[in-house]
Amino acid sequence: MSNYFFEVLRSGINTTFQDKGRFHMQHLGVAPGGCMDLESFSISNALVGNTSDEGVLEFAYQGPLLKLIKGRTKIAITGNVLFQIIKSNQETINGECNRTYALDEGDQIDILATKQSAYGYMALEGGFDIKPFCKSVSILSRAQIGPNEGQKIKINDKINIKISSKNKKDFLTEFPKKNKSTIRILKGPQFDYFSKDSQKEFFSKNYKITNLTDRMGMRLEGSIIKNIVNTNIRSEGITKGAIQVPADGQPIILLTDHPTIGGYPKIANVISADYDLLIQKIPGEKISFKCVELQEAEKIYKEYLINISKIIKNIKEIN
Amino acid sequence: MFKKLNNIGDCGIICDFGDEVNRSVNTSVIKLFHHIKKEVSKGNLKGILNYTPSYNKLIINFDLEKINSSKIFNFLKSIDFSKLKLFQNSKNWTIPVCYDFEMDLTDISKTLKIDKDEIINIHLNTDFFVYMIGFIPGHPFMGDLDSKLFLNRLKTPRVKLPAGSVGIVEKFCNIYPYESPGGWNIIGRTPTKLFNKKDELKPCLLSPGDSVKFKSISKKEFEKLANE
Repeated sequence: MSNYFFEVLRSGINTTFQDKGRFHMQHLGVAPGGCMDLESFSISNALVGNTSDEGVLEFAYQGPLLKLIKGRTKIAITGNVLFQIIKSNQETINGECNRTYALDEGDQIDILATKQSAYGYMALEGGFDIKPFCKSVSILSRAQIGPNEGQKIKINDKINIKISSKNKKDFLTEFPKKNKSTIRILKGPQFDYFSKDSQKEFFSKNYKITNLTDRMGMRLEGSIIKNIVNTNIRSEGITKGAIQVPADGQPIILLTDHPTIGGYPKIANVISADYDLLIQKIPGEKISFKCVELQEAEKIYKEYLINISKIIKNIKEIN
Repeated sequence: MFKKLNNIGDCGIICDFGDEVNRSVNTSVIKLFHHIKKEVSKGNLKGILNYTPSYNKLIINFDLEKINSSKIFNFLKSIDFSKLKLFQNSKNWTIPVCYDFEMDLTDISKTLKIDKDEIINIHLNTDFFVYMIGFIPGHPFMGDLDSKLFLNRLKTPRVKLPAGSVGIVEKFCNIYPYESPGGWNIIGRTPTKLFNKKDELKPCLLSPGDSVKFKSISKKEFEKLANE
């Protein structure tokens, strides 16, 4: 292990290490987990010259305050994030997302808040010095799996970093954020369990995101969806983005840290390309659903990936 | 053989084996699960990320960047089910249980009008089959209990159960791998760790398709095994 590290002066609300997730284990009860916003995650790593398999810090709403005690590093923050860099001579720099900053020993990075969004990412050159569990550094705090004993980052924690950076060049990219309120979905396996009227309402009415929203799921509030067949099904494997409807008729979207199996009927499933957009919505915001077909969803996902590579290709050195 | 294939979202497939839930249906599910797991470990089917068996379904999740639903459909349709084997990958386990840690045997005995010792005997003499593991890491759903022992969940689930608690509901038996809330009828506790984070190669003791038999141990033996 290297000697270079940050000290956590404030933990933030929900700060964890995340990569693309932990796979081939759902049959053992381990949810895939991983970063919530794949696009912001990928771009943060690319900015500091890492591959997209490197773990980063993910934070929600209020981020951490970190002090670089030993070493030098280069960081990039993505998302829609308000942050400051406090140099060791007390000079304060207002941070901009989607660019890199060099940090010297004694500098602090204060991630104040995510603006009109839920999740932000901080990647650093060379990556964090953290121990993977089953090939992933994603923290699944619900099952206490992953680095840091599977726990969220706490105050006074030490965060080790792999290398002390020598590279002083900074980079940036343009990363226009989408801001649609329509989430595209595919019909779910139990779509026909719901009354024709409810199906219609599901696609025509707005649903409000409630406070009961975290990495595991998003509870919505709106038009009651009436089940006319059975409010329980035999437990079956869960897929990220599945929209299940329990007996009370209020939909819950299952997110990244979802339970591995569940027994509620599913009316729909969010398409992969709109997942980042969905999870960046905050409680109180309203969303609506639009139905697409599978081939269309696959095509949109290809475009989504192409767009990420474009943003990465456009990374430029700052003169 | 599955009865139908459906998509769930753009990166999931449901192999549906019909509505019935019994050992023979689940055995078919597990056979397909083993087959896919083997193919993936051989480096085939690149892009498949998870394969989750449940009582009567297998859900396959994949990375849409690397593979898509029609390719997996074609693969699934080409499988010759008569050639799939189950037991080459399944293991038999004996799990120690101390019935002195029961919480509900008195109530169960009253409800079912069966002597406590008889309940324990039936449990000990059951050859359990692991239908699925899930909800939380390492949590097994095992069957089939004798219909004489069929019970509902507790009306009010307990807020906290100790790790290792062994519970029964309907024809199923479970073991809580962690301290957690739970609504099952608790008949004992095992010192065996079902999910070991320190063992990266095989963190989960049981796998779907395995067989389990329980062995009765004393409190003293429990303490000894728990401290190992």
